[in-house]
Formats: sequence, C-alpha cells, structure tokens
Amino acid sequence: MSEMQDYASRLSDPASRKFETFSYLPELSPEAIRAQVQYICDKGWNPAIEHVEPENAFDHYWYMWKLPMFGETDVDRILGEAEACHKANPNHHVRLIGYDNYAQSQGTAMVIYRGPIKV
Amino acid sequence: MAKTYQAGVKEYRETYWMPEYTPKDTDILACFKITPQPGVPREEAAAAVAAESSTGTWTTVWTDLLTDLDYYKGRAYAIEDVPGDDECFYAFVAYPIDLFEEGSVVNVFTSLVGNVFGFKALRALRLEDVRFPIAYVMTCNGPPHGIQVERDKFNKYGRALLGCTIKPKLGLSAKNYGRAVYECLRGGLDLTKDDENINSQPFMRWRNRFEFVMEAIHKAERETGERKGHYLNVTAPTPEEMYKRAEFAKELGAPIIMHDYLTGGFCANTGLAQWCRNNGILLHIHRAMHAVLDRHPRHGIHFRVLAKALRLSGGDHLHSGTVVGKLEGDREATLGWIDIMRDSFIKEDRNRGIFFDQDWGSMPGIFPVASGGIHVWHMPALVTIFGDDACLQFGGGTLGHPWGNAAGAAANRVALEACVEDRNKNGAEGLEKRGGDVLRAAAKNSPELAAAMETWKEIKFEFDTVDKLDIAHK
Repeated sequence: MSEMQDYASRLSDPASRKFETFSYLPELSPEAIRAQVQYICDKGWNPAIEHVEPENAFDHYWYMWKLPMFGETDVDRILGEAEACHKANPNHHVRLIGYDNYAQSQGTAMVIYRGPIKV
Repeated sequence: MAKTYQAGVKEYRETYWMPEYTPKDTDILACFKITPQPGVPREEAAAAVAAESSTGTWTTVWTDLLTDLDYYKGRAYAIEDVPGDDECFYAFVAYPIDLFEEGSVVNVFTSLVGNVFGFKALRALRLEDVRFPIAYVMTCNGPPHGIQVERDKFNKYGRALLGCTIKPKLGLSAKNYGRAVYECLRGGLDLTKDDENINSQPFMRWRNRFEFVMEAIHKAERETGERKGHYLNVTAPTPEEMYKRAEFAKELGAPIIMHDYLTGGFCANTGLAQWCRNNGILLHIHRAMHAVLDRHPRHGIHFRVLAKALRLSGGDHLHSGTVVGKLEGDREATLGWIDIMRDSFIKEDRNRGIFFDQDWGSMPGIFPVASGGIHVWHMPALVTIFGDDACLQFGGGTLGHPWGNAAGAAANRVALEACVEDRNKNGAEGLEKRGGDVLRAAAKNSPELAAAMETWKEIKFEFDTVDKLDIAHK
C-alpha cells in the first residue's frame, strides 16, 4: 500500500477551485475536446460557449459568447467559436455547453480552456 | 327493473369477475400475483381480491341497494399464468377513479393493499404493478422540483451526482460529524447524506447537527468553488416536529433535506413534499422498510409500485438499488423502476416487469440513488446502468479510503469523470469492458484513485437475487 498523502486543498490557494464536470481530470487535449463536441452534436443538443474570470466562476451566469449555435452540427465551426472566444478572453475560463431543449436544461457543460489562476 | 334485496352470501365472481370488461382510460389498474388456497378457483380468487380491495364485503347488505354498485365496484378483468410458477397467477383489476380521493396516495393504498392482504382464501398476495391514469396523476403534487431543477440549482450537468452517507451510522457527535461532511465535500463529492436512522438521538441532537453541517457545506463551497449539499434528515416522531426541523434547515440556507417515506408514512411525506415545493428546498427520500414489503416474490408490494407511490407523493431523490453493490436488485427489474422514476412515459415491458403503460404527463422526474457497497471499481458499470441522471453514493467507498474522506471523494470524482469522458467519446456500449483500462489511465494522474483501486480490488458482492423477475427463471 502506498504511503499516506495529504489532500492539498485550501481557501488561500485559488488553484484549489474546481469548475464542475471534468475539472478533476487533467486539461482535455484538443483531440479529447473534439470528441466531446462530437458527442454534443450526436445527442442533438445545441452547442453554446460561455466565459468568465476564474475568480467569478462560482456564479451561475457567465458571459455568453454570442448566442447558442442552434442546430449547428459542424464540429470545426463549433471549435472555431470556442477558440475565438478564448483568443478574445485569454485569461478567462471558457465553457462548452450542450443545451437540451427537450429536457429544458443543459445536457452537459464543461470547461475546455482554463484561465490562468492568479495567486 | 330495480334490484331486490336478498340476504346471504354470494360468490364473489358473480359480481366482481368481468372478463368482458374493457378498462377505461381513467381507471386505476392493478396487477396482483395471487397464490390461492388449494381448491379456490382462479376466477373466484381474482374476484375476491377485486371485491375486498373496493366495494365488497363477505355478505350482501341492504345498503348495497342505496347506491350504484355496478358503477363503483372494482372488477377483475383478466387472468394470466405466472411464468415458471404454477401455484400462482396474475389477476388484473380495474378500479373506477371515483373510488379514490384526489391527490391522496394514502387513500389509494389503504384500498389497494388494505384488508385484502390478510384475506383467508389467499395463501399469499403481491401487488406487482399499478397503472395510475393521467387524470389521477394530475391531482398529485409530485416531486417538489425534479431532476432538471436540481441540476440547475446545483449547477451540475453531463454527469451523475456523487454522494456519500456519513458513517458510522450512529454515535458521532455533531461537531465530529460535520468534520466528516466537510472532508467529503472538499474532496469533490457534490452531496453527503444523513444515515436514515440518524434523527435526534442523545449523542447528537438534530439542531447541533444542522448547524455544524451547514458550516461544513459553506466552507467546502468557498474552497472548491462548487455547489454542495447535505441531506439533513428531518424524519421525526410527529409531523409537527418534522416541520420544525425543516423550517430550521431553511433558516440556515440548506439546499436539500431528507425524509424516510415508508417509516414516516405517506401522509407526512406528501405534506413535506408540498412544503419543499413552497420553500424551494430539495427533498431526498430514503426507503427504510421497503425490503419488508417488496422482497418476497409472492407476497407484499413490488418496489416498482412503491416507486410510483413516491413519485406521486413527492420526492426529488429515491434510493433504487445499485445492481452491483451489497444490496438485492435484479438488473432488468432495476432498469425498469429507474425508468419509472425518471421518464415521462414508460411503456409496458414484461422483460422489465412492467405490466402497464404509465403516463406521468409533466410530473417531474426523480433522481434514482444508487447506494450500498459500491466503490471505484464499480464506476464503469454504474455509468453504464444509470447514465447521468442518478446520484451515486459511495459510503464505505469514500470514508474507507486509506488516506481519509477527502482523498476517497477525489478518487470517486476522478473515476466518474474518466468514465463519462470515455463514454462520450467511445459510446456507452463496451464501457464496462474498457472500464479497467479507463480507471488505470486516470489513476496515473490521481494518486487518490490509485490508492482506492488498490484497496478495493478484491471486493465483490456476488450472491443470487432472491426476487427475480418471473420471466427470468421461466
């Protein structure tokens, strides 16, 4: 059995902040992000991009990047919008959402660009 | 021509066996599994069940003639063999909707599973399924909020919720208990839970527990930047005391409370669910006592019926069994009743033990809660069986981690996210086979997961299911 480790997480360290689904995994590779976008399209959900300053990530409402891409199924176009949002807001978290209009909720949401954590 | 009064005992089937009857869309339909005493004909036994669970009694009474019994009576309209069991049979009974008070699960079950279960002409009786017509469903309050609202409140999408029941079940002080909650939540769980038998004992009074737990939630939220909750158990000796505890939870800002719907009772549960709707608080439901009612294959009430009762009475979560953990639960049957909890329309499907179409209309769905003897190695199977709309609760599988609750929580969270990521990429089919590789790859970046996998690699719960679907052992 491996030696006991301390669980390093604290209020004083902004790096301890998480941001929901997939935030306990290492940052997704471009190829992994593409697979998640494809999943949203295959589900028939409407992709959308949002962003926020990392220190305000707890809020329900982030800034919308344009409007949700209703009916968009072209993975490259969706990735292009996410990248454009990231370039315009390099210090923000950028979140990919799949809106499920039948459930009237988000089918999924995940941060695909992580903003730098200010210490 | 008016009827005349003739005192005496008539055979039930003269009045209550109506094979020519076509059920109405507004009828409440029930499927009973009947094991009659030797020598009692099937039609007579079925008619007796219909009679005793509706208008009938053992003898004719003159007051029968003051009403229109042909309108109000329950009627047995079909009989079927039980696959693999010649001693019993299924009887289908239709009840006119006017027999039941609107919005009262209490009233429906007082009739359907009342005196009839002690009836001497039967050796055993089991209520297998009930079809609630949409006309009756619409009179019930149902879940206070439902799956979508809970996701929105907690901001959790695209994955199952992760929870943990705090252990030991009994004996912790309120402050030590809050510590255990805090450690779980800071490590990455979304929710923690009071054990069902924690109410307000001498070692930990409810008020102290509520205060310390809320401090744990608030600190974990600030630390992780994620929304957290703990099911504060408000199950109490009296409804007055239950509401007092619920009011205090609300005062403290608790997002979710909890109730035991069978020991607490349908009356208390329905009232509490309405209170939760009115006060914006989610309601987790535990099911202590269910196995007393639902485990015997020939007697009692099937869990799919108890699940329907809860959806009508109201709750946002309900324990469903895990299929893979330490507690009883046939896989196909479990898939059937988790659909009954979550979906808006469920089709008849005998392969899952579902005897009737069930239309819930716009009544919200319930999160099934998988809890009991599960750990990280079960994660690929749990994601496959339950999908995203479930709450996976790892009690021992969090608290038993060699490095403590926070590490145990992180291990579960990493395992869940790794399985979901893989499922989204490669499909749900085959996830159980790929699962070992998915977990081993994720553990390379998570020493907490690696330690959990090392701890629990040999633990399995492989006993035969006692209550199998009838079709499964044909």
